[in-house]
Amino acid sequence: MGVEGIGARVVRKEDRRFITGQGRYVDDVKMVGMSYAHFIRSPHAHAKVKGINSTEAMKMPGVIAVLTGQQIVDDKVGNLICGWAITSKDGSPMKMGAWPAMAPETVRFVGQAVAVVIAETKNQAKDAAEAVVVDYEELPAAADVRAAIKSGAPQLHPEAPGNIVYDWHIGDEAAVGDAFSKAANVVTLELTNNRLVPNAMEPRAAVAHYDQAEEHYTLYTTSQNPHVARLVLSAFYNIAPEHKLRVIAPDVGGGFGSKIYIYPEEMVALWASKKVNRPVKWTGDRSEAFLTDAHGRDHVSKAEMAFDKDNKILGLRVKTHANFGAYMSLFSSAVPTYLYATLLSGQYVIPAIYAEVIGVYTNTTPVDAYRGAGRPEASYLLERMMETAARQLKVDPTELRKKNFINQFPYQTPVIMAYDIGDFHASIDAAMKAIDYAGFPARKAKAKANGKLRGIGVSCYIEACGIAPSKAVGSLGAGVGLWESAEIRVNPVGTIEVLTGSHSHGQGHETTFCQIIAERLGVPISQVSIVHGDTDKVQFGMGTYGSRSIAVGGAAIVKAMEKVEAKAKKIAAHALEASESDIVIENGEFKVTGTDKAIALPMVALAAYTAHNLPDGMEPGLKETAFYDPTNFTFPAGAYICELEVDPGTGKTSFVNFVAADDFGRLINPMIVEGQVHGGLAQGIGQALLEGVVYDDTGQLVTASFMDYTMPRADDLPSFQLSHTTTLCPGNPLGVKGCGEAGAIGASAAVINAITDAIGNNKLEMPATPDRVWHAIHG
Amino acid sequence: MYETNYHRASSIDDAVAQFAKGTDSKFLSGGQTLLPVMKQRLAAPSDVIDVAKIKDMIGIDVSGDTVTIKAATPHYDVAQSDAVKKAIPALASLASEIGDPAVRYRGTIGGSLANNDPAADYPAAVLALGATVKTNKRSIPAEDFFKGLFSTALEDGEIITAVSFPVPAKAGYAKFPNPASRFALTGVFVAKTKAGDVRVAATGASQSGVMRVGPIEQALKANWAASALDSVTIAASGLLADIHGSADYRANLVKVMGQRAVTAAG
Repeated sequence: MGVEGIGARVVRKEDRRFITGQGRYVDDVKMVGMSYAHFIRSPHAHAKVKGINSTEAMKMPGVIAVLTGQQIVDDKVGNLICGWAITSKDGSPMKMGAWPAMAPETVRFVGQAVAVVIAETKNQAKDAAEAVVVDYEELPAAADVRAAIKSGAPQLHPEAPGNIVYDWHIGDEAAVGDAFSKAANVVTLELTNNRLVPNAMEPRAAVAHYDQAEEHYTLYTTSQNPHVARLVLSAFYNIAPEHKLRVIAPDVGGGFGSKIYIYPEEMVALWASKKVNRPVKWTGDRSEAFLTDAHGRDHVSKAEMAFDKDNKILGLRVKTHANFGAYMSLFSSAVPTYLYATLLSGQYVIPAIYAEVIGVYTNTTPVDAYRGAGRPEASYLLERMMETAARQLKVDPTELRKKNFINQFPYQTPVIMAYDIGDFHASIDAAMKAIDYAGFPARKAKAKANGKLRGIGVSCYIEACGIAPSKAVGSLGAGVGLWESAEIRVNPVGTIEVLTGSHSHGQGHETTFCQIIAERLGVPISQVSIVHGDTDKVQFGMGTYGSRSIAVGGAAIVKAMEKVEAKAKKIAAHALEASESDIVIENGEFKVTGTDKAIALPMVALAAYTAHNLPDGMEPGLKETAFYDPTNFTFPAGAYICELEVDPGTGKTSFVNFVAADDFGRLINPMIVEGQVHGGLAQGIGQALLEGVVYDDTGQLVTASFMDYTMPRADDLPSFQLSHTTTLCPGNPLGVKGCGEAGAIGASAAVINAITDAIGNNKLEMPATPDRVWHAIHG
Repeated sequence: MYETNYHRASSIDDAVAQFAKGTDSKFLSGGQTLLPVMKQRLAAPSDVIDVAKIKDMIGIDVSGDTVTIKAATPHYDVAQSDAVKKAIPALASLASEIGDPAVRYRGTIGGSLANNDPAADYPAAVLALGATVKTNKRSIPAEDFFKGLFSTALEDGEIITAVSFPVPAKAGYAKFPNPASRFALTGVFVAKTKAGDVRVAATGASQSGVMRVGPIEQALKANWAASALDSVTIAASGLLADIHGSADYRANLVKVMGQRAVTAAG
């Protein structure tokens, strides 16, 4: 490892502009003649739109246009799509209702847009919006899963009778039945995985420009995957063909999944920019983020686990109702199926698994992938189950886990996933040592003497990251391939540009990707720049989500590097009059091994571009592209242990310690990895203790601002103790697994297990607010 | 935000005069509530009269057995004041727990009291300490000042100029913050006057705003000790219930925070 190579704790290159306020976000983009869009949104969870009168609004100062849902339908702009086809148990395709970008006839959640005002200023657009009269006929609403599946419940879409999108299953029902018939003990658990609002720091925004002369569109947008946005806007929404549409995702202030999707607002901005022949800017405010950014989680599950007389797991049966909200968002269908039920084996040998997942429409904001996406739901269910089982079986929860750990790799689970490598004992042992697990009973007794209820909780998670092998996901219904591309341009002076289809919105790619180059070529990272987020610059890419950037995007960079090195070696060998096989790369030089003959990288690059003395038949230039398609998912795993105290007088939880032992394979930049784990843990703990979306019975969002939706703050969180155990991923050239979601996946079960241990009552839902914990203690 | 006319008043008289000129004027004294509400277009005053820069309205005076805090004094100044810390340490402590640093630099005691948010901290201290609210027109005893949620005895155009607190023999404040907003989910201020009377006020708990807590006052009159509240029961009826706390939970908090306030008071 060099000082800036793989494994070095290099300070993030991008932070200079971020912490000095010089980042360039979508809302910073200004164009000549720019106009401003303000959306008119439904105040009702379910209503017919009987009419929209904009006569008075059109007379107001600065108003350019008031555009409605009917106009966008008339212009044949496509409905929003769901990109992953799921097939129900009975073989029928999932049942979806149409989702127009603005509602022409029916609104199905509070905040759904029915019209947009375009005006000279933002305030003029807002003023005019208040003068637009929308005539609604209110309809009864189904605000949660339980209400939506009742007979006689309000129906959202005629295409989906009973509000059921699909009734899907995985695994072997008969084998599970057999396992339960042989069980010595059966443990059951019912739980809710609470709905969350992603709340990226930067709200969504779009600036759209239509160039009439060229019939060309440009869209600046807060996206995690600008090429996917261009593809969808072109192929499905009929906005413009790909070569006439440039999508730029500049600096983006956080995504957590919520910026994967192509939302109505971007579509409308593009469409409107042609309609009014002016650039159109829309910047969402925080209230719009609460109402319209895709929410996360929201499962109601029942699980049963069968054990033999030696406490070995025999089988697992799970039934989950997943709330999709009012419309099927871009990847929503895959989240509670192939990203959830396929992880229900966890770290354990479970010979038989059967899971049913029923996807349900409700009159709420659409739900899609949010940091972890399906895997937190699986991990939470399984790890609460293991803790519940340990208590019921009267064994130590760590012993029960160890007894059932998978020890042999590769391991084929009964639910598709084939784990390539791992060492689950190493993680739990490291975590138990870090928290002094053996000393806990004494600490609990001491806390009791001080009037506090102390608990300890374990969570051993595994996740599938680095998504994903294109062929595999294609066979499961995905509408896209999930490879990644990279292009490496060695400039004539030896500086390097890396063009990547990954997109950084906080992950630190501008540093870690440079470290990969520095490791291979021995050049300082100051000589390398990372180019991303612009479809006119980068060849193509699938973007950043599912902890895939380093495992897939990084691997693509390595593949492109190999091509660059191969050509550069040929040039060096030619210049040095040596055999190509004798050339080695050291500290930025191409050397003839065993001699002092060497040529520096800039001279090789210059030779490539002057082309005065290249090997016969070689093309000039030094630029290579690679597309990398992974052969498997990667499987980060680890053990989290949380120790906390509950104040019985108030139900307030205080952390004593939180230890994390993760196996992410090789770490490129440990400092950035630690930052990712801290952020993930904050979101996992946030879900466990603080965050939770509440709708009232009529479908109004009660937690619609930070006054009621509890975002984790620094003083809500402990100082984390992190450590790493390492098994290198055999599936990619870097040996990496991905670290972006682990904390959010593993943390919540550790916290809830610790609280239920402390209070001696397992009936506790997330978020475990002081009010809920106090009631769980006192009844 | 809708368009509005902003005036920075140079004196109390100037503020009153400017207020009278507007068709729908509002006083601004820190703006920790008014400005967010205006930004959300939920309030549209024609004129905003900023009283927070009036020199005569800023400052703290301790003389004899009275602490007088002028109305535009920010929470930060009260929290940091050595004189307040010495005379009524519970009051300085309360001010140090309002909102976050940005709120404490801008928010003022007069603004907080005039707004009378049912979960604000200052009303508990004013009511428990038996303070007097002074305005440009009169002096109003705490008892008569608070009139329910976001409602006070202030008349249109009346400005709070100062609040006078009698120095108690003992006082303590314990607050359980709402996890999201960090306002008081329930906060209890206990005070023992130099004459030996006990006054206790709770904020955040009641549907009618800040309230005296009779059962706790009686128990503490008999025995000024946290343990004296062990057998006290607070009725849940009339208490607030929302996603952060049910009425019975708040009833419990009134008692538990009351005990902790007594412990803090010593």
